[in-house]
Amino acid sequence: MIRDAALVAGKDLRLEWRSRVGIGQVLPFAVLCVLLFAFALDPDRNILERATAGLFWMIVLFAAVLTVQRTFAVEGDDGVLDALRLSGLSPASIYLGKVAALIAQLVVLEVVLAVAMAVLYDTTFRGWLLVAGIAGLATLGIAGAGASYGVVGLRLGGAETLLPLLLLPLLAPVLIAATRGFDIAFGRAAGPGWPWAALLGIFAVVYLGLGAILFRPLMEDA
Amino acid sequence: MTIQQPVEPVPPTSGGRVAASTSTSSRGTRILGFAVLAGLVALVIFGVFISPPDAELGETIRILYMHVPTVSAAYVAFVVTAIASGMYLWRRSEFWDLLGASSAELGVLFFALTIFNGMMWGKITWGVFWRWEPRLTTTTVLFLTYLGYLAVRQVPSNVRTRGTVSAVIGILAVVNIPITHKAVDWWRGLHQEKTIFGTVDPDMRGTQLFTAYLALVVFLGLFVWLLIHRFRLAWLTERAEDRGLDTAIAERRAEA
Amino acid sequence: MSSTAYIAAAWVGTFVTIAAYAAWILRRGRRMSKLVDESDRRWM
Repeated sequence: MIRDAALVAGKDLRLEWRSRVGIGQVLPFAVLCVLLFAFALDPDRNILERATAGLFWMIVLFAAVLTVQRTFAVEGDDGVLDALRLSGLSPASIYLGKVAALIAQLVVLEVVLAVAMAVLYDTTFRGWLLVAGIAGLATLGIAGAGASYGVVGLRLGGAETLLPLLLLPLLAPVLIAATRGFDIAFGRAAGPGWPWAALLGIFAVVYLGLGAILFRPLMEDA
Repeated sequence: MTIQQPVEPVPPTSGGRVAASTSTSSRGTRILGFAVLAGLVALVIFGVFISPPDAELGETIRILYMHVPTVSAAYVAFVVTAIASGMYLWRRSEFWDLLGASSAELGVLFFALTIFNGMMWGKITWGVFWRWEPRLTTTTVLFLTYLGYLAVRQVPSNVRTRGTVSAVIGILAVVNIPITHKAVDWWRGLHQEKTIFGTVDPDMRGTQLFTAYLALVVFLGLFVWLLIHRFRLAWLTERAEDRGLDTAIAERRAEA
Repeated sequence: MSSTAYIAAAWVGTFVTIAAYAAWILRRGRRMSKLVDESDRRWM
């Protein structure tokens, strides 16, 4: 099953590399958001550095919505989803493949975003272990939930405006936990960071598990 | 020769049978309905007039008499939706699909009322309509989550797809309830705000306790009554649409 | 507004909303009932 998932993930990432939508559109969008928040919040008021954690994850969420939409729009265009279904790959491995592809794209996004913010907002990223742990777990959760809702959007016939409404309230606890975790890692807030990581871990496990199970009924009714 | 079929579904002729009933009521719902109505009257009397103001909360306890039951009813509604979603994915029967959807609609309604009551309580207690206190915040997030569920049901698609997608979302959403609770509680719990539930006195005096329980029972009864009627409405709507489709198909064939 | 006004708003708002929703269900239920055959009225 891992091999099947890797197959699907590889296909997605190769597609992505060739079309350059992620690199050409989503990443610039993220950097653009960094700029726009600076315009909105006024760099002179010392807000940006304090708000980095929150803004970081907000931009990740918005970019994630775009990435999920893109990942599943590709399936719909060519009827590839049907082909995958008929190919005999188990729904769970297709799901995990999609999740893996999303994770890869999100990780790239987060790294680029972190660099942009370090430069533009003058933030020091500290507490690397906690930051990596929080980011990793949060990304797992976002990818897991995103893949499930991406397929939902696909089955409903490209309801683009629906995906944010569905995905973002669900990811609210991820936003809260990741932001608080980052604040603690940066030294901006006191308290233990690992409970937040644990919460993110639970979210990730639950939604990856459910996503894998529920992918079959979602794919079956064409 | 073309057979003239009416475009609109016409009321069925009984042809000697007992007249078709013309509403979603039944004997059971009438009995339940009257009981609930009586309960609501009693609730108004007790809640507004008889029960005394609370030592800590003052008159605002009267708002809590409704706020707590509406949120309870909402949670019951979403548990029903979750179970119905699971059953639909297992059994694929229309009954579970419509039950889940009906219950979700009620849940959204009761969440909205919960938020509204919470805001009224807040205006008196805090002086503002909104504070980021845990319960209110969580309720709003969940409210938006299930609004998404309702939005999905509005998207035009075939019944089977809609049912499957709704069921999946129903399950994904209900699982998020405890996670969101925890996250928001940890987050906002650091700030010792006066929370809506935190200050409810466990040693409530007799009348207050009675009124609180009365309110809970009455609202749950109200929820059941609304759910039965809403489900029947959904069922009838599906049947009416089926008929409309059948009539259109028959027309098309007749013209051929 | 005094607290009494907000308490009144809470009660009235809640009851009116529920009543309106119930009325909507019942009215539409009546209309749908007229369109549907007796045979289709299996509730469960």
